[in-house]
Amino acid sequence: MTAAAKYLRIALGVAAVLALILVPATFNRYGLYILSQWAVMSIAAMGLNLTLGYAGQVSLAQGAFVGIGAYAGAILTTQGFPLIAATAVAIVLCFAIGWLLGYPALRVQHHYLAFVTLAFSTLAFLVFRNESWLTGGIYGISNIPRPHVFGMATSKPLPFYYVCLGALAIVTAAVWWLIRSPWGRAFMALRENPVRALSLGVDTRRYTLMAFAIGSALGGVAGALYAPLTQYIDPVPFNLSLSLDLLMMVIVGGSGFFFGPFLGTMIAVLLPEWLRFTQGYYLMLYAIAVILLLIWSPSGILGILDRYLTQRRTRAASALRAVAKPKLEVAQ
Amino acid sequence: MSNLLDLLVAGLATGAIYAIVAVGFTLLWQTSQTINFAQGEFVMLPAFLMLAVMHAGAPFWLAIIIGILLSMLLLGLGFKMLLVDPMLRHGVLPLAIATMALAIGIKEAVKQFFSAEASPFPSIVPAGDLSIFGRVVSLQSLGVLVLAILAVVGLTALLNRTSLGHQMQAVAQNPTVARIIGIPVERMILLTFLINAFLVALASLLITPIYLAKFSSGEVLGQAAFIAAIVGGFNQVRGAIAGGLLIGVVDNLAAAYISTQYRAAVPMILLVVVILFRPQGLLGRPEERTV
Repeated sequence: MTAAAKYLRIALGVAAVLALILVPATFNRYGLYILSQWAVMSIAAMGLNLTLGYAGQVSLAQGAFVGIGAYAGAILTTQGFPLIAATAVAIVLCFAIGWLLGYPALRVQHHYLAFVTLAFSTLAFLVFRNESWLTGGIYGISNIPRPHVFGMATSKPLPFYYVCLGALAIVTAAVWWLIRSPWGRAFMALRENPVRALSLGVDTRRYTLMAFAIGSALGGVAGALYAPLTQYIDPVPFNLSLSLDLLMMVIVGGSGFFFGPFLGTMIAVLLPEWLRFTQGYYLMLYAIAVILLLIWSPSGILGILDRYLTQRRTRAASALRAVAKPKLEVAQ
Repeated sequence: MSNLLDLLVAGLATGAIYAIVAVGFTLLWQTSQTINFAQGEFVMLPAFLMLAVMHAGAPFWLAIIIGILLSMLLLGLGFKMLLVDPMLRHGVLPLAIATMALAIGIKEAVKQFFSAEASPFPSIVPAGDLSIFGRVVSLQSLGVLVLAILAVVGLTALLNRTSLGHQMQAVAQNPTVARIIGIPVERMILLTFLINAFLVALASLLITPIYLAKFSSGEVLGQAAFIAAIVGGFNQVRGAIAGGLLIGVVDNLAAAYISTQYRAAVPMILLVVVILFRPQGLLGRPEERTV
């Protein structure tokens, strides 16, 4: 990468972060709610991207982990525990359950694995709905408090948006570090060629479980933030369609691309809102948009960009070759 | 004991419908690696097409014929040409996601253009009870069961007894060799899509009188068919039939004897157990793992 391109990238990044911090200050209540939802769902989608995009394991249970995190957060914070403790519990819980759910992944591959996680999603939903001594059943849990950060209350929409944004920033940094660590490389080896990875001494068993567990734990983080965001949870948002939606976000954004989940979530959360002026048609238009996008570029939005950049690089390389060729011939 | 018999008949009747849907599901998977997440919505839609034709003033029998033809056009030909063909070469996952989006689209379209409320749907089997060996059995359950069995027998005969069926099976098992020995592979694949569309329209006709026509009814159905296909054997038509019947019966028995709250969990647990211990399904062939 040339130095100019690098600075351009950094400038773009800084501009995006500044925009995310400054622009929402002018938003109304509903706009802030939607944007907070984007931040929360981005965390969950990032977790799924780790499992699916980097480690290549299809999971249809991410929505269930968001649910587990949300219930952990709601139950603990209504009992008076601070949100940070509730988040820690959600992480540990989802990590452990995700680890266990990863075991089938060791026995079966591809679509079979997707089916096991689908079954888990439905089971989790039934537990949320039926175990009313713990989850409040169909009546759910209400009056979930929002946290105090550094002694400041975040019950207003704007401060809580910053809490979500901050959490997103921390998770982003952690995932960025993770995929550049030896672990991240092992995940990618798992996706590209598990047999080769095994023969090179990568403990594929452990890394498959790890990819599942870490991805699920991020789902838990998203859930723990979702509970105070909506301040009321019931089982309905955490049914199978949330898992399918999250999968769609990852694929639409570009699975295996670091910024894919951000874009995919933006489309899934914001596009239906922008299309609201079409009234009853907005979800239909959203579905059509997703199908057209996938027909055009099955590797998602970032896939388009990636293809364009590769093409440009190839063209630049062949131009260089064309220039170099006469010289080589003269040299001969 | 008598209660058990009723449950069995009701379970087999719904199971037979699941079987029809599951067979279509496995056909699409076999011939073109399509995991159709919209299969449940495919069952929901034809009932609304038939209702729309009836609203236009047509009698019920004509509405059935037009509904089946329309669904073969939309869910068979249209689905294949507009969605599956352009996406197939990109692999299983993007296509599966596209069918998820399609499911949302169909649901919303029905909600918008028809109604968000559940509408009654006429039954092709007359209501009433029948007395067999001193037992009273609902005529509707029995009629559904008979029709579904006829459909399954007909389809099995088509696949196993006719040249067309053998050609389709050849395409499913090995498209390259099928092409070499002169089977029109493209036409056979199109045929499986049309058969799937016919099967979902038939299932729609049988199940909608029981559960009413509602835009969201596809979710449960699609999942049941999905589980039936996997439990029975993802790569075998007879596996899907057995799986459908099994899920129907297990679901009904679980509701009666285990817990109504967790009835949906029982087929899921069955699914996980089957995948862990017999991933090819009860009647399926093992799939070889390629390196």
